[in-house]
Amino acid sequence: MASTTDTAPPGAATPGTGPEAPPAPGDPASLKVVPARHYARWAAAVAVIVLVAQFAHGLATNPVWEWGVFRDYVLSETIVQAVWVTLQLTAYATVLGFLLGTVLAFMRLSHSPVLQTVAWTYIWIFRSIPMIVQLVFWFNLSALYDRLGVGIPFGPVFWSVDSNSLIGTIGAAIIGLTLHQAAYAAEIVRGGVISVDHGQLEAAAALGIPRLRQIRRIVLPQAMRAILPTAGNEIIGLLKGTSVVYVMSIGELFYQVQVIYGRNGRVIPLLLVATAWYVVLTSLLSIAQYYVERRYARGANRTPPPTPIQRARRFLRNLRVAAAQRNQPLVPLKPLGDNR
Amino acid sequence: MSEVMVDVHGVHKSFGPLEVLRGVDLQVRAGEVTVILGPSGSGKSTLLRTINHLEKVNRGWISIDGELIGYRRSGSKLHELKEKDVLKQRTHIGFVFQNFNLFPHLTVLENLIEAPASALRRPRKEAEDAARRLLERVGLADKAGAFPRQLSGGQQQRVAIARALALEPKVLLFDEPTSALDPELVGEVLDVIKDLARTGTTMIVVTHEIGFAREVADTVVFMDDGVVVEQGPPAAVLDTPQHERTRAFLSKVL
Repeated sequence: MASTTDTAPPGAATPGTGPEAPPAPGDPASLKVVPARHYARWAAAVAVIVLVAQFAHGLATNPVWEWGVFRDYVLSETIVQAVWVTLQLTAYATVLGFLLGTVLAFMRLSHSPVLQTVAWTYIWIFRSIPMIVQLVFWFNLSALYDRLGVGIPFGPVFWSVDSNSLIGTIGAAIIGLTLHQAAYAAEIVRGGVISVDHGQLEAAAALGIPRLRQIRRIVLPQAMRAILPTAGNEIIGLLKGTSVVYVMSIGELFYQVQVIYGRNGRVIPLLLVATAWYVVLTSLLSIAQYYVERRYARGANRTPPPTPIQRARRFLRNLRVAAAQRNQPLVPLKPLGDNR
Repeated sequence: MSEVMVDVHGVHKSFGPLEVLRGVDLQVRAGEVTVILGPSGSGKSTLLRTINHLEKVNRGWISIDGELIGYRRSGSKLHELKEKDVLKQRTHIGFVFQNFNLFPHLTVLENLIEAPASALRRPRKEAEDAARRLLERVGLADKAGAFPRQLSGGQQQRVAIARALALEPKVLLFDEPTSALDPELVGEVLDVIKDLARTGTTMIVVTHEIGFAREVADTVVFMDDGVVVEQGPPAAVLDTPQHERTRAFLSKVL
């Protein structure tokens, strides 16, 4: 019995007869490339877009958000003042906390068992106390020590001052935040320092570079690569953590927002005001972190990674190239991710 | 005969229960090249590290150009030097590491300037001019602005040698300077060391390059098990070794 096309099983069509006929042998370069179709991916994208749109629509139309009230307050003098206080608290606690933390880190790394133990104990205690508990302690400092002075340890005091007048509320808050921050900063800095190759210290020692200079010029810059990502986390955490000092009635962002909504009852829009400011400040810190990390990556890679701006430019350039080549079959596109 | 530059006398060194150096004596004369050979674990690198006090000795003493290393003698007592003074002594002793240990976050030029500027307080301009001359000498004048990781291993080691030379040391110590290099890069580093030998730099080189020892060394020292087994001119030690352990080692590496 002779085989015919209508009795052949599906897919067994003989070459040259079906609509999907393979090309004539020879020149695949002349064929049009059809990109693969990702139907499931597209469906998922549509679903997510719908959800996001719903949420955005709710934000815009739900009257409870009271965007008018948000607009009235977000740049008001009281709020901007409060943001300034938040920034000051963050800046002081960051700088002082990391300074003290660096000292503690090197105490823990020193050869002296006394220094090691003191640093270890400090870190143990201050990581154990919740920040809010510690802040209230400092707030009540005058109950603990009503006068602070300078003199011979366990001996006579030459000069002393009322502790409340020396350390105001803001001072107490900065001390509390700093001491808390220092305990965490110490471990972050220590982690960075021990991540530096031991050979670096040996080389610096063999060259006779003075000890402090070894730390400042050779060890810390290299330790920074390990320190910065975690330190960035810590500083952002601290920025938001300053909201805890509302317990001390300090006019920082969260405290002021509470005062205002306590007066006018507009809770939701005022929380939005605080949220917006925290998001903006965190974003600025993240951008700063990116560029500082880039600075300390000097020499770590053969070619430094491009900045986001350079990357965006390259992406657009590649898109144009791709568009120009869309209809030219089988010309390999420059991969978008390739930045070299 | 020129004066003794490096004098190692009865040096013992233990790491815990392990005795790595068991009484080493060694004299190196000014302007001479001493090559130390020996199997791994024989104490060669440890000896080199005791000479610039990267390791403290347990017993014995070391002097360079008549100055005790790591100690100060007053009467019948040896006072341990403070780190600051040890660091000052080390500026007279160049050290080249197996793994280069260049500072990766500094450019080649900054690597060379760092120690003269901070340890010897040289003016920056002066240190920079000297650094550029040294880079020229090791054939890397065009790499002054590069970072170490942008260089090949051989180039990095040449920079490390220039960095050690920047302090104008009385003696240069090399700890297996070519062991971390691909075979085709070994030659360029050895050429730099040979050039230094010709200009009369006092050097102690720990290496496995027998050919280099034969060509460049004034004295070859064979160490095994924490002691100097034999030493002498390269022809004597390498071709007619007196000691069984030397013969056994050479038969394996030649």
